[in-house]
Amino acid sequence: MSNNNSLGKVFFNGLITENPTFVLLLGMCPTLGTTSSALNGMSMGLATMFVLICSNAAISALKNLIPDMVRIPCFIVVIATFVTVVQMAMEAYVPALYASLGLFIPLIVVNCIVLGRAEAFAAKHNVISSAFDGLGIGLGFTVGLTCLGTVRELLGTGKFFGMTLVPDSYGSLVFVLAPGGFIALGYLIAIVNKLKKK
Amino acid sequence: MLNQIILEESNMEKLKSTLPNMLLSLTIICVVASAILASVSQLTAGPIAASKAASLEAAIKEVVPEFDNKPTEEAYMAATSDGDSLRIYPAKKGDELVGVAVESNTQKGFSGQISVVVGFDVDGKLLNYSVQQHSETPGLGSKMQEWFRTDKNHQSVIGRTLTADGLKVTKDGGDVDAITAATISSRAFLDAINRAYSAFKSTDMVSSATSTKE
Repeated sequence: MSNNNSLGKVFFNGLITENPTFVLLLGMCPTLGTTSSALNGMSMGLATMFVLICSNAAISALKNLIPDMVRIPCFIVVIATFVTVVQMAMEAYVPALYASLGLFIPLIVVNCIVLGRAEAFAAKHNVISSAFDGLGIGLGFTVGLTCLGTVRELLGTGKFFGMTLVPDSYGSLVFVLAPGGFIALGYLIAIVNKLKKK
Repeated sequence: MLNQIILEESNMEKLKSTLPNMLLSLTIICVVASAILASVSQLTAGPIAASKAASLEAAIKEVVPEFDNKPTEEAYMAATSDGDSLRIYPAKKGDELVGVAVESNTQKGFSGQISVVVGFDVDGKLLNYSVQQHSETPGLGSKMQEWFRTDKNHQSVIGRTLTADGLKVTKDGGDVDAITAATISSRAFLDAINRAYSAFKSTDMVSSATSTKE
């Protein structure tokens, strides 16, 4: 088994087999909270992906220096550091996006996907495969959030990434609100399961 | 299986969970983390301040008539009737005060603070507004940037001369049409406007006269 092939496996494991949104159902709070538009969902996914890659790599590199009994506080400090870096960078360079995602960026710290991957993968594997795992899971999360955001935005306001496709009045508002988030997510998971069974 | 084959770790000894080890590793990680954060914070402080100043300046330009002074440098604080104080940016053409922009906010929104920059002319007529920040529901409360300037029925607040009573939505006995299905956001928006007006009013003519003289 060549090295490239297995890295690819790690990557696709995160993207498809263990897709955090549609298969693992992890990180539901930001998933439902930020996907009222496709752009918000995608940005949230990308921010999480960045944190995942960095924290996975850092934790993997540090894992032998961290005694088992204090590993969770150490992981949290590492993750929180990267999240704060992302937050400050977003506030400085994309203030509009920062304003619309607001509270959800600092909440990446307690996103169970990030800590979960640190504990389940990065603490046991080397730096490169951990980074790839972060990339795969992060991309899977981004794809999930973008799909959900696109569906909700399209059904709710008739727009696609902010461009009006059908006039506003045809949108049914419930999809932008919380109940629509659950409904859309439920149907998307059903579709994904159906496709996977084939 | 996969993991065993290719992701095998070099068998470096893992630190034992003794007290000194735990103290040391936590301390080192925290020190390094704070060093990284401090440097990133310094790096981004400039751009953050610049982008805030730029959006404030753009908002002021939008809500008051043409001016040739620097409102951000002549800003002063004014008290509102509910005991808070808001920042006021006077816009002057030559030496004459042509309007003021009030940086107002409210906590009464559906989710989180709403910040609005409101422009008045010297008589207290609402010239324009610009929503700076809000976290209202997309598709509902988030329409406020457009809704209250659309000239339809009683939606628009532009051009209204405010009174001490302030503006209210029709549901509360006022004459401003609230955003459909977003009465709370509309109330909050009008609250921000009313607070801006009360701050504008509290700067009595004496202070505005002195600041006009320079």
